[in-house]
Amino acid sequence: MTVDLRATTVAIEGHGGDHIEAYLAEPLGVDRVGGVVVIHHLPGYDEATKEITRKFAAQGYLAILPNLYSRDAPGASSDDAAALVRSQGGVPDARIVGDVGGAVAYLRRHPSSNAKVGVIGYCSGGRQTVLSACNLDVDAAVDCYGAFVMADPPADSPFNFTSLAPILDNLSCPLLGLFGADDKFPTPEQGEQLGRVLAEHHKHFESHVYEGAGHAFFAVDRPSYRPEVAVQAWGEVWDFFGRYLSS
Amino acid sequence: MCTYNTEVLEISASAKGATGWFPATTASVYFDHPVHYAAGHALIIDVLNSSRGPSARAAIEMDAVSARQLAETILRTLDAVPVELLEG
Repeated sequence: MTVDLRATTVAIEGHGGDHIEAYLAEPLGVDRVGGVVVIHHLPGYDEATKEITRKFAAQGYLAILPNLYSRDAPGASSDDAAALVRSQGGVPDARIVGDVGGAVAYLRRHPSSNAKVGVIGYCSGGRQTVLSACNLDVDAAVDCYGAFVMADPPADSPFNFTSLAPILDNLSCPLLGLFGADDKFPTPEQGEQLGRVLAEHHKHFESHVYEGAGHAFFAVDRPSYRPEVAVQAWGEVWDFFGRYLSS
Repeated sequence: MCTYNTEVLEISASAKGATGWFPATTASVYFDHPVHYAAGHALIIDVLNSSRGPSARAAIEMDAVSARQLAETILRTLDAVPVELLEG
């Protein structure tokens, strides 16, 4: 069953105490519920990710989407902001962690919060989800087909970041990984590798690899959308967050 | 995936974006998720002038075949031009 919701743009305190824009979706008529920080992908703070944020609120979660490009292009359209950030080499990992941390703190202070907060991201947001869960105290994390979790980006990439393998021992919460069997970035083997490393560190990891799906099977506005897989995978998300974000 | 495969180069050009013509200083070329073109990934070119703000941008998204044809056509066009004209 879904609930009514209210979605608004708010200012939150992000990395370095900067005030950044965020999209807040609040379920109405609820009390003491879990929260979810949705981390957008490299193409930015876009309409599709706002729609996902509202979906969490409709399911009864406080949900917030921090605009990781807020400082770089205030007030710009999401595609212009993403293009500018890309041309300037992307956002440093430390700033992403600081901004997501600000969003986590914002949700925990919300009057309807039960103080439990999870993080989720799609595509490059999946990598940033694992990054955040290894640097912040959160209660659950869902990595949806995030590439470059277990592999470095191309050597000629202008982006200055590396694989997250060296910091996986810092994972603060249970992690759910959702992958497409036909995906090349990440490959199913990289998902298995992630599971092996997390097992060595005695971390809780669950994963599902969906046949007939490649990358971005959740993306309803792209040809990669696989409705049957997406419905099944959303069910896994609700089950996982239900277990770890409930009061 | 978000490929991160991006090349950025300085250019001397003018471009027409949402707010009209502007002097362009930078081009980003990458293969990643398009915003509008109906494909999982596309060759994308952003022509920018960051000093004039994020909206000083002209963009194109196209499939790989079109991108190669466009690149080859640009080179063929330039090769056909008398050298004297290429000096500006």
